[in-house]
Amino acid sequence: MVGIDVAALCVGALFSLGLLAILFANRRLARTYIYSATIVPNAALAMLGVAVLAGVVGPSSTVLPVGLPWIGTHLRLDHLSAFFLIVTGIGGGLTSLFAIGYDRHDSDGSDHGYEAMRVLPFYPAFLGSMVAVVLADDAFTFLVSWEVMSLLSWGLVLARHHAEETRRAAYVYLVMAGFGTMALLLAFGLLTSGDGGYAFDTIRAGVHSPIGAAAILALMTLGAGSKAGLVPLHVWLPLAHPAAPSHVSALMSGVMTKVAIYGFIRVVFDLVGPLDWWASPMIVLLGAGTAVIGILNAVLESDVKKVLAYSTIENVGVIFCALGLALAFRANGMAAHAALAFTAALFHVFNHMAFKTLLFMGAGAVLNATGLRELDGLGGLIHRMPTTSVLVLVGVTAISALPPLNGFASEWLVFQSVLKSPDLPQIALQIMIPAAGGLLALAAALAASAFVRLYGIGFLGRSRSDAALRAEEAHRVSLAAMASLAALCVLAGIFPGVVVDAIAPAVHDMVDSRLPVQTIQPWLTLVPIAEQRSTYNGLLVMLFIAVSGSAAVWTIHRFASHRLRRGPAWDCGFPNADPIAQYGAASFAQPIRRVLGTVLLRVREEVEMPEPGNNAPARLTVRSRDLIWEDVYLRVADTVAIIATRMNSLQFLTIRRYLLLVTLFLVGLLMVLTLWN
Amino acid sequence: MALVVALAPLLVGLIRKVKARLNRRRGAPIIQPYRDLMRLMRKEVVLAENASWLFRSVPYMVFAATWVAAALVPTFAAGLQFSWTADLIAIVALLGSARFFLALAGMDIGTSFGGIGSSREMMIATMAESAMLLTVFSVALIAGSTQLSSVSMYMTSSAGLRVTAGMALIALVIVAVAENGRIPVDNPSTHLELTMVHEAMVLEYSGRHLAMIELAAALKLLLYVSLIACIFFPWGIATDGSISGYAVGVLTYLGKLTGGGIALAIFETSIAKMRVFRIPDFLGAALMLGLLGTLLLFVSRSL
Repeated sequence: MVGIDVAALCVGALFSLGLLAILFANRRLARTYIYSATIVPNAALAMLGVAVLAGVVGPSSTVLPVGLPWIGTHLRLDHLSAFFLIVTGIGGGLTSLFAIGYDRHDSDGSDHGYEAMRVLPFYPAFLGSMVAVVLADDAFTFLVSWEVMSLLSWGLVLARHHAEETRRAAYVYLVMAGFGTMALLLAFGLLTSGDGGYAFDTIRAGVHSPIGAAAILALMTLGAGSKAGLVPLHVWLPLAHPAAPSHVSALMSGVMTKVAIYGFIRVVFDLVGPLDWWASPMIVLLGAGTAVIGILNAVLESDVKKVLAYSTIENVGVIFCALGLALAFRANGMAAHAALAFTAALFHVFNHMAFKTLLFMGAGAVLNATGLRELDGLGGLIHRMPTTSVLVLVGVTAISALPPLNGFASEWLVFQSVLKSPDLPQIALQIMIPAAGGLLALAAALAASAFVRLYGIGFLGRSRSDAALRAEEAHRVSLAAMASLAALCVLAGIFPGVVVDAIAPAVHDMVDSRLPVQTIQPWLTLVPIAEQRSTYNGLLVMLFIAVSGSAAVWTIHRFASHRLRRGPAWDCGFPNADPIAQYGAASFAQPIRRVLGTVLLRVREEVEMPEPGNNAPARLTVRSRDLIWEDVYLRVADTVAIIATRMNSLQFLTIRRYLLLVTLFLVGLLMVLTLWN
Repeated sequence: MALVVALAPLLVGLIRKVKARLNRRRGAPIIQPYRDLMRLMRKEVVLAENASWLFRSVPYMVFAATWVAAALVPTFAAGLQFSWTADLIAIVALLGSARFFLALAGMDIGTSFGGIGSSREMMIATMAESAMLLTVFSVALIAGSTQLSSVSMYMTSSAGLRVTAGMALIALVIVAVAENGRIPVDNPSTHLELTMVHEAMVLEYSGRHLAMIELAAALKLLLYVSLIACIFFPWGIATDGSISGYAVGVLTYLGKLTGGGIALAIFETSIAKMRVFRIPDFLGAALMLGLLGTLLLFVSRSL
């Protein structure tokens, strides 16, 4: 019983849980049992991944007799798959734990009765298909699992199909997923060129011309990038992720985007073979541009889940930027630098799973407690939901890349790899990478603003609606799931060397080099390349902050006054107890909107002032345009509509015209055949 | 570590005194900020009715993060114990986390003053932190490391006059003015909400909490002056660990602080405060200088 057999059994278990859910969905406590049962295979997969990375269990592969009769299903568990098994296992397992305590009003009122048949059967199967993508070792299994993953998540997005915007979100998602799969099909078609062998081993042995390899890279960027959320293929993400139920949103943002990144890494770093350096600048620039566009939109959105969805786009951009840097270094033979960039990318994959899942769980808890997703209806939740507030604060601090948490550790590694880039010989890279570094710096700064806004308006201040005033704390099982993820964020930040060493076998497989062993460094410092250059010690930074804070507290309590009196807030002489007077989501974003939004988002503000004596109110109108949606997608849709309308006339030809058409087509085909031979 | 905490209020007092003298006033004594801190510590805290635990703990968090960041900058000696714990990027991020929590505290009470302070502060921070990171990139590319001890030792020995170092200096001065809330970005002695950024965020604080926050603000100013001194004027920093080296280092450090304080005071007195939406143009200049410096250093190693 080797590792891959255990993994395949877990996948089978997850799919059978989906079938069981169809049979027993309407029973009492069905959701509790199904979600609890889903935790077990996920935990097993995560532990298996850790075992493989630690070297306790060796890599293994197998061929199952299901699927196409002359191919079978190849599955392989190597170090890269093991790392992504950890990501999906932890994300899936803790989301299932959260789901047990989420949205528990399922037996009364038809509004929540959707869960029984529309979410429960899809959910374990969705997890199973994601694991199948990570384990797939031949093109057919990979593509089928990818498509099953897309379709099942589409079904989950459509769970609350009564809302118009949900239907629209699901439609856009389906179109983009179909487009992505088509790109992947073309990419795998190019990869298996020649003899048509589907297994990844056969593909790996194939040789591609530089143009062919670049074409495969472009197609993989289109296919995997659209699923991960790269600009300009990201338009479905802010629609679909918020429309799904909260635990599904957590999975889609935290785990499914990582599976897409796995697909990209597997093909581009492993299957396609050596790539020239000129393939990488596009990835780096796309990644950096995605980061800035994503986080700028996040600052301006007023729906909690849309903010989190756009933030996912930003983090995916950072990961792709690091992957592009790794490609550039590897193409130039600088293996140690490539290891640094690739480690930074994988570390950020893990960190993003941890804090994005935590934040979506927090959004789910808030949605459950108040029924609201709009920031302008929330506020004051730190008093009503104290534990949730603390855990979401950890998540928000981690995602803003603040030391000593994990977001900072991976951002630090990304910046260090940008600082190594002057060693690259090509001038085009030398001009492009500082620009990308600048964009990454801007994205990091904007992320802090976006999350100060999210937390400050959503959880702090005074409640802006009755629903927020009456919010109840989340269920303790959900809180346990969130607390586990928060602990993971803190631990990965304090001990980044442990995570880096764990990732090292996967890095070595892909770029033939790894970072030096970190856990033997003094005081567990993170030393990426050499002692002299740059080091970071998360543990000591945290200890110093704790010691300084404690020293300050002790000094204050020893020497300062202890008196404290509660009084009303300073109101400048105009007592106005109306919570609407405090800053709202749009007002907080206004300075940044005015400074940075005029170019990328065409934000225009207009004030209509009535003339003096007129008692009509003044009106402020803020108009913004999504340039990518309007100038790219709507244009493409209009072109398709025009072509379709023109071609519709083919439906109404006379019999003579049809016969002429058929004859011409046959003659043309015969001529092509003769010319070919 | 203790040195920076002890010296920070003195620097603030010196700047206020020089500004007063330039305005033909006598000005308060240089040690007045110490007296202000003592007075605040003895006072009772008046807390808004809906202030949360976050509001009460933020002063300590802000002070701790700023103190750790300030202690990591080489002041009179390089290569001190634990100076390798965090590099320039980590110092920038520590200051960022202090600002993050201060902005959250501004939102906590739910008044419009706190909102105005936090939103303006985050707008300034967006531009200032990106400019700061690009300046850090330039400096790291010149010196070959982000570790501050290595940077100052490199700049002492082999830097020479470089265009990119000059650009980085100007960008860092602009960022320092913006981050510390000095004129022309913010007025540290105002109490009109139209001109407030930092003061608006801490409007609800009183007593010992306000003392912590004021001390943290003074520490941040000291950090930036020390940072500019350590990177661009590193002569006199002790590298050998001898007592005489330390003494020379301390004396030169005090001289640099005095010079920096007087220069800041003259700068603040000779310029007026900008409109809020001119500040992004001001910081945009720093951003462009940092980007240009990084680009030049990528393309050519001798610039």
